[in-house]
Amino acid sequence: MRKLLLPSLIIVAASLLVIRIFYLQVINDTFKLKSENNAIKIKYDYPERGYIYDRNGKLLVANQASYDIMVIPRELKNIDTLEFCQLLNITKEDFIKKIAKAKIYSPRLPSVFLPQLNKSEFAAFQEKIRKFEGFYFQKRSLRDYEVDFGANIFGFITQVNEQLIAKNPYYKSGDLIGQQGVEQYYEEILRGIKGVKYFQKDKYNREIGSYKNGKYDTIAVQGEDINLTLDAELQKYGEQLMINKRGGIVAIEPKTGEILALVTAPSYDPGILVGRQRSKNYTMLYHDSIAKPLYDRGLLAEYPPGSPFKILTGLIGLQEGVVDEQTSFMCNHGFSYARGRFMKCHDSGPHQLHNGIYHSCNTYFAQVYMRTINKYKKPAYAVDVWSDHVKSFGLGQFMGYDLPTGKRGNVPTSKTYKRIYPNGGWRSTTIVSNSIGQGEVLMTPIQLANMMATVANEGHYFTPHIIKKIKGENIDPKFKVKHETTIDKKYFKPMISGLFDVYNQGTARSLRVEGIDICGKTGTAENFAKIGGKRVQLEDHSIFVAFAPKDNPKIAIAVLVENGGFGATIAGPIASLMIEKYLRKTITRTDLEKRILERSLQDRYAKLGGLSDVVKLQLKKQDSILKSKKIAPAIKKDTTKQN
Amino acid sequence: MKNQSIKKNLDWTCVIIYCLLVIMGWLNIYSSSLSSIEDTYQKQLIFILLTIPLIFIVLAIDGKFYEKYASIIFGISLLSLVGLFLFGKTIAGQRCWYAIGSFTLQPSEFAKAATSLALAKYLSDSQINLKDINRQIQALAIVFLPVLLILPQPDPGSALIYSIFIIILYREGLPAWYVWTGFTAILLFMLTLVIEPQYVILIALLVIILIHFKSRLADRNIIASSLLFVLISGFVLSVDYVFDNVFKQHHRDRFNILLGKAVDLKGIGYNTNQSEIAIGSGGWIGKGFLEGTQTKGGFVPEQHTDYIFTTVGEEWGFAGSLVVIGLFVTLFLRVIYLAERQKTKFSRVYGYCVAGILFTHFFVNIAMVVGIFPTIGVPLPFFSYGGSGLWGFTILLFIFLKMDANKVNEW
Repeated sequence: MRKLLLPSLIIVAASLLVIRIFYLQVINDTFKLKSENNAIKIKYDYPERGYIYDRNGKLLVANQASYDIMVIPRELKNIDTLEFCQLLNITKEDFIKKIAKAKIYSPRLPSVFLPQLNKSEFAAFQEKIRKFEGFYFQKRSLRDYEVDFGANIFGFITQVNEQLIAKNPYYKSGDLIGQQGVEQYYEEILRGIKGVKYFQKDKYNREIGSYKNGKYDTIAVQGEDINLTLDAELQKYGEQLMINKRGGIVAIEPKTGEILALVTAPSYDPGILVGRQRSKNYTMLYHDSIAKPLYDRGLLAEYPPGSPFKILTGLIGLQEGVVDEQTSFMCNHGFSYARGRFMKCHDSGPHQLHNGIYHSCNTYFAQVYMRTINKYKKPAYAVDVWSDHVKSFGLGQFMGYDLPTGKRGNVPTSKTYKRIYPNGGWRSTTIVSNSIGQGEVLMTPIQLANMMATVANEGHYFTPHIIKKIKGENIDPKFKVKHETTIDKKYFKPMISGLFDVYNQGTARSLRVEGIDICGKTGTAENFAKIGGKRVQLEDHSIFVAFAPKDNPKIAIAVLVENGGFGATIAGPIASLMIEKYLRKTITRTDLEKRILERSLQDRYAKLGGLSDVVKLQLKKQDSILKSKKIAPAIKKDTTKQN
Repeated sequence: MKNQSIKKNLDWTCVIIYCLLVIMGWLNIYSSSLSSIEDTYQKQLIFILLTIPLIFIVLAIDGKFYEKYASIIFGISLLSLVGLFLFGKTIAGQRCWYAIGSFTLQPSEFAKAATSLALAKYLSDSQINLKDINRQIQALAIVFLPVLLILPQPDPGSALIYSIFIIILYREGLPAWYVWTGFTAILLFMLTLVIEPQYVILIALLVIILIHFKSRLADRNIIASSLLFVLISGFVLSVDYVFDNVFKQHHRDRFNILLGKAVDLKGIGYNTNQSEIAIGSGGWIGKGFLEGTQTKGGFVPEQHTDYIFTTVGEEWGFAGSLVVIGLFVTLFLRVIYLAERQKTKFSRVYGYCVAGILFTHFFVNIAMVVGIFPTIGVPLPFFSYGGSGLWGFTILLFIFLKMDANKVNEW
């Protein structure tokens, strides 16, 4: 028995060790990760982001080098602190504080001593960097905006957040990513692919060579440059016209669906979201919940379209055969469409399609719409027929353009009314306000612009898009697909001639631009807001849609100015000026230009909320624009009631 | 002719395992040395080459020599330990080296073989009966004399190894209660550190009562049982006291970390944590020779000496660890088997000592590296870097192999 003690002890002890080793190596898998954290350092090589150009090749967004001054506390030797501080323009106390902080982080590892120096700050320092042992610099690439407009189109660059890191393994903490606009939509094209290098490090966190001879390393792929369909001059002009107003402008080239301008107001200088002031400025923009400078009104704001919708009402009436060009309705400052129901109109007399359009006669279009609905026995069926026609213009749906935000708008169907009137009993008269764009129909400015492009094309459109060219790649083929509407081409001719006379004889007479045949339509949309708990009717939204020239149209445009009043007051002039600017490059209607540039609606907006920093910036900018155009700043007074 | 019989009678199983372990040890030292500036692998290669003449000398000396001169060898060994107090060189707070130029020698590595020889000689000399209390005292004195000289160096690791002699003496007739007392003491010690002493005493009381009433009526001895209880309670309370008041803080830390009572990954727990990471990251088959990231990064302190097994774990994985452990266990069991085969009591006891000493090093070292034993400096035989250790273990093993090869001649 005594012989067995030592052998048994050996076997038991060895088994114990094997079990423990099995646990460490096979069962518990946390050690692999710990080992990687311990011993492998990953370094990324970030490629430069692709440049952004406009349709004419004008550079809009480039990159700038920015320099972080780095320090390794242990390697500091005999620094002339005084000279050093003077060069970088910091105090000695700052210097001591920063060094102490770096030491706490690690005496051996580099820390950022001073972040994001610009070129000129850096140049002075670079000459003398040899004298300051322990300091070195690290180059980074930041966005450099060549223009002070287009912020809503470009979007901005920001650090990735935790959710995204969890969702997309490409991004690591601290990486930059495009947010909003084309920076977000074309992120993968612009950013390129970062290179990865693995290093073996030692217990002091020092690199001691590449890991597995670079077996897993990859080389960075440069980001591609892109051209936008944007016309930089037009965009810039649009933003100037919209200063101190709220709303959006969307201009589209009808032949291609290319977005020529996409203005939202208020906006901001994209350059303020770069560099040391970034987070302060972003906070300012983000927290302005009333002016909402980060909200792209051109894409997101859904409004009742008002009178421009009459174009569709008329076209559908013709297509359904319930009226022809000669069909006439009598208007007596409105008409009684049902017992005790009267729809007001600013006009009177007999109206056919032609003068119905250019006078924007409510009576005429209400009658057309009622006939369209009454054509079929069941109003539910009729509404769906009508709805399908409307939808064929790209309304009531996401359009599929290449910007990351959007709204569907709304095109009611029989389902909509079944929901609103669960007991039935609705008929053409119940929903007649759809005829003049005041019912359940909602549209965004880009949908309005696309509707005009479709009319200009006499029945088809291309999905609006902002991308013109990607270096070395084709743009999405869906942007070359022609979308046909359900309206026959022949019905567009009389409609276009009516729209043309809006400028000659109708509601936009005063907005004519000599030598350019513009077809347009004014609009006004009622709106309400809750102020102090009470529902208050505010000044109407001013809407204008147009395209030009009448023959071979080159630009279709929608302008919406919140609380701007009647369509021809503000939105109309802006549309005319934009069209002239685009087609002729110079402005002959300087009277209109001066009026619009001087105009501020901030007093009206002040009812909704106080004077935010964004608004103050806008007021300042307006002054500088006026100065640059040699217009003496007028007394900013609300002078609306002129139309 | 003599050489030929040695060649024929030498136990080649042991020799081959020995060679394998030394070669594997060197490969791992080579790998771990890549992270350090010292060329430890070159030095170790010299140490290994020097074992060849050493082995020839050990095998050439007549088998009778070791038995005859055991006492003198033991005496010289003791003197060399005493000499440390006068001429020893202090490295890292331990005064356990003789320095001759840049070359250092650690006499405690050779003292184990000498003590084994002395103990074997003592037990074989006359009709020793270890039931006799005087004999017990004399035998234990041989074992504890070197311990007394090694402890104050201080080298608790080397001293700890000598506890295995209790098991060897048990094989030769030492009463069983020595062993059981030893095990019980270790068990109570650990229990007291893990749970409160009053609960340990309560558990002991219940166990004693159970044993008392389960035993035959004639064997029941209320006085003996009570005495046992008083002894255990006293031991438990004194452990509590010693741990809190006599132990130094760094000793307490080592135990607390081991028992999971304290976590300190940067300080004292750093070694064990890094060592577990290195081994744990090896997986089934390891990262491959020279591919260990932890080894390359030099994260494990003392990796080429006491923590050499982490390289095995990281680069060769569970498979490699199993091979190494398997080789060691085979060697131990083979030596025990050979010892039991010996015709003389002297060589049997000596063989047992060889197996016991090698096993204790093996277990304490790997158990420490994998985090189930407090941090204590004990080398892994044949593996760890160091000339004294390698030569000490080589001499220890080959003296026995010589005795084993000689037994045929003695007939």
